[in-house]
Parts: sequence; structure tokens; C-alpha cells
Amino acid sequence: MARLSSWLRLAALIGAAAVLAAPSFQAAAGADKPKLEHGKGDKCVEDTDFMRRNHMELLKHHRDETVHQGIRTTKYSLKQCVACHASEKTGSVAATKEDFCAACHSYAGVKLDCWDCHATKPMAKQPGQADAQAEVKASPLMPNPQNGGAKQ
Amino acid sequence: MNEPKRPESNLENGERRSFLVASAALAGSAVAPGVMLYGIAQAKPAEEAVTNKVRWGMLVDTNKCATGCTDCVTACNTENGLSGKTGPQDSQWIRKVDIKNLQTGAQHTLPMMCQHCEHPPCVDVCPTGASFKRADGIVLVDRHICIGCRYCMMACPYKARSFVHEPLTDQNPEVPRGKGCVESCTFCVQRVDRDQSPACVEACDKAGHKAMVFGDLNNPESDVAKAVKAYATTEVRGDLRLNTGVRYQGI
Ligand code: HEC
Ligand code: HEC
Ligand code: HEC
Repeated sequence: MARLSSWLRLAALIGAAAVLAAPSFQAAAGADKPKLEHGKGDKCVEDTDFMRRNHMELLKHHRDETVHQGIRTTKYSLKQCVACHASEKTGSVAATKEDFCAACHSYAGVKLDCWDCHATKPMAKQPGQADAQAEVKASPLMPNPQNGGAKQ
Repeated sequence: MNEPKRPESNLENGERRSFLVASAALAGSAVAPGVMLYGIAQAKPAEEAVTNKVRWGMLVDTNKCATGCTDCVTACNTENGLSGKTGPQDSQWIRKVDIKNLQTGAQHTLPMMCQHCEHPPCVDVCPTGASFKRADGIVLVDRHICIGCRYCMMACPYKARSFVHEPLTDQNPEVPRGKGCVESCTFCVQRVDRDQSPACVEACDKAGHKAMVFGDLNNPESDVAKAVKAYATTEVRGDLRLNTGVRYQGI
């Protein structure tokens, strides 16, 4: 129910945006979507269409599984979203309104509290943490943390 | 904290030890023949949920814990992204406590943190269900549910929990933390889930003190289970009968 109505809401927004954009002919290519940086690799963890609509459900489900049951699969992990979707420019998914998650959310009028706690940048070497980071290297959660997931 | 050992609390500990061993034996008999029991505690596949076959616990030997050494505290701060400040509004997940028995003059120093109780008072009082005990005995705050009421901080006999008063930045991606929630020692759950010991234990080993032993209390082959079986150990505030996962030796 909630998802349907929110999808309708997004559809309505998109509709409105399309109507507004049409007269100036900026609609030519992909005006039905905000401009998003392409993630790393060639596809997302599910079909792009599915992700567009259902990523929040995947995240919330995975969150509960991880926190309460200690399930540590990486597929729907927020850390992995960040690793693949961090911007080339800012290294973050939500530092500026152009960064992946923030771009779409500001377009759709969604505000998240996730980034109050969760890092918007992938695991990277921090000053004075050389040792702790060296261990993380072995973590199955983070296949390639030393380069901050920058060139995967 | 400075309580002298009382005979009845020792008795209680003895009972609990034998109970732990008994339950471990039970768990063992439920495992198919040919499956190694210790396998249970090790390298859980990522997609598998934690179970109550494991109970994570720790034994601190206060005779080995060095006065003035704060390596465990520093390691905790680094792993979990804590500032290391110790003001009333700063988060401390583990702290060093110096104790002295006024009658005998005996002095000890020990690390104090969440004791990962079997019957955690913090979970009892939590109005939202954010405070919970994972099946494997680790007591946590689900910060997606925590509303920051701080009842749990009042209920905890060990003063183990902190509240985040100010917005934070640059958190460790592995350890999300943020304003408005209560937090405390997680036994470094992110490490335990990939079969590493908590950061404090690792640091203590590295410093050569080896005062902290971490492992599965339910697995009779684990170092911690062997140690609690072999030595007289104490629960801090054992009178509360919380059956803590962290036990102390030498106080
Ligand atoms: C108040 C702090 C806080 C906020 C706000 C918060 N989280 Fe979390 N989140 C945590 C903590 C703590 C964990 C546990 C980390 C662990 O055990 O590895 C966690 C774990 C997770 C996980 C599982 C680990 C991972 O990286 O996949 C997901 C998914 C997740 N959170 C999603 C979210 C989403 C989505 C939001 C926003 C709607 C959010 N969180 C907001 C603190 C927070
Ligand atoms: C392996 C790298 C990778 C991971 C991990 C990943 N993504 Fe993606 N994602 C991509 C790529 C590449 C695309 C673009 C696919 C395309 O153009 O069809 C994409 C597309 C998307 C889209 C659709 C964007 C649009 O164009 O409308 C959303 C939403 C999305 N991802 C969210 C997520 C979330 C949430 C997570 C974490 C659960 C995640 N992604 C994890 C690589 C990844
Ligand atoms: C294609 C556009 C798009 C992209 C890209 C996108 N989101 Fe979303 N997201 C949405 C929309 C629209 C909603 C609101 C749906 C609703 O109201 O239920 C939403 C909602 C969410 C929610 C639920 C918020 C809540 O308070 O319930 C989370 C969590 C979330 N997104 C996480 C992410 C993350 C993390 C990324 C980046 C990896 C991302 N999203 C990228 C469109 C997007």
C-alpha cells in the first residue's frame, strides 16, 4: 500500500516535471529522470527498474536481518550501495545534490536520516587508523577497501 | 564494583558454570554425528542467522590487567570511531576502573563495559524494543528504533551506555553512529560476525598482557569456557543475578 502510493507520488512528480520541462524542449533525452551518475560496473544488484522502485524495501529488510540476526551478506548492504554509487567527484553518495542518492532524493523530495550515522563515502584509509584498516582488508564485507572502492 | 567476594556469589557462579557446560553438552548432542561441535562457533557463513548455540562471553583476569594501561580503551575508540574524550557528554564504550578493597588494601585495575547480561535490565526497560539481546548473547541497541529516551542508561548497573548528544561526522563505515541514540559496547559485533575477536581483546594481546579472553561460553573447547571452568570467576554485581557474559578473575 505504502509503496504503491509513494510510487504514485513519484509518478505524479515525474509527470509534473515532464509537463514543466516539455515546453522548453529540455525533455529531449531522459527528462523523466534526474541526472544520475552511472554506478560502478555495468549493472546494479537487481534490475535497474526494480531498484528504482524497491531499493528502500531491500535496504530496510537487509538492515533488520543484519542488526538482529547478524546476517552479513553483501548484496543489499548499504555499504555496498555506497561503494558502487559514490561520486567520482566528491567520493560520496550524498555530499552534494549531484551525488547519486541525494540527486534523486532531492528531485523526489525524499529526506533520509541514514547519513546521520552511516558514512556516505566508502571505507577509506583514515589518518591514524592504519592498523585497523589493515585488518579490514581481510573483511569479506569490503572486497577492496584500500582504494576506497574507487576503481573497482 | 568494590565488593569483596561473597561465598554465596561463588556458589552461584559454580552453579552457572555447570549449567553452561550442561547446556553446551545438550547442544552438542543435537548436532549430527561427524559434525565438529567447535565448527558452530567459527566462521558463520554470512547468510546464516546467529543462534543461541553460541553465547559470546569474556573473561578478564585482573591480575594480568596492567595499571595505567589503556590499550583496550584506545583500540575500542579507534575501531568504533569514538572521540576518546571522557567528559559527561562523551561516549565511552569501555573504561578503565581502579578499585581498592579498603579493608585489605588490595588494589586492582580492570576494564568495565557492557557486561552482555543474559537478563539485561536495559532490554527490560526499553519502551521501543530498540535494546535487545541477539540470539548469541550480544546485547545491542538497534539505532534504527532507538528514540533516545535513555531509560536503559538508568537501568544499567554498570553505567555502560552513552548517549550521543551532538551530530557526528566521518563515522567509520563499519560502525554507524549518530546523534540522538544510545550506544554501548557491541563486543565489536562487526568483527565477531567475521570471526575476529573484539578490538579491545586484540589490543590487550598485542600489548602482551593477555588479560582478556573472548569466545563462546557454550563451546567447552573454547579458551574462555575452559578458563571459567578452571578458575573461580566473579560477576560484577552478581547479586543482581543477571548472568553476565563478561566475568572477572582475581577480584
Ligand atoms: C542512529 C544511527 C543510525 C541511523 C540514523 C541509521 N542507521 Fe542503519 N545502522 C546503524 C547501526 C549502528 C547499524 C549496525 C552496523 C553493524 O552492526 O554492522 C546499522 C546497520 C544498517 C544496515 C546493515 C549494514 C549495512 O551496511 O548494510 C543497513 C542496511 C542500514 N543500517 C540501513 C539504514 C538505512 C536505510 C537508514 C536510513 C533510513 C539507516 N540505516 C539509518 C545505525 C543507524
Ligand atoms: C556492483 C555495483 C553496484 C552496487 C553494489 C549497487 N549498485 Fe545500484 N546501480 C549500479 C549501476 C551500474 C546502475 C546503473 C544501471 C543501469 O544504468 O541500468 C545502478 C542503478 C541503480 C538505481 C537506479 C538509478 C536510475 O538510473 O534510476 C538505483 C536506485 C540504485 N542503483 C540503488 C542502489 C542501492 C540502494 C544499492 C544498495 C542496496 C545499490 N544500488 C547497489 C551499480 C551498483
Ligand atoms: C531513481 C531515484 C532514486 C535513487 C537513485 C535513489 N533513491 Fe532512494 N528513494 C527514492 C524515492 C522516490 C523514495 C521515496 C519512496 C517513498 O516515499 O516511499 C526513496 C526512498 C528511500 C528510502 C526510504 C526513506 C524513508 O524514510 O522511508 C531509503 C532508505 C532510500 N531511498 C535509500 C537510497 C539510497 C541509499 C540511495 C543511493 C544508493 C538511493 N536511495 C537512491 C528514489 C531514489
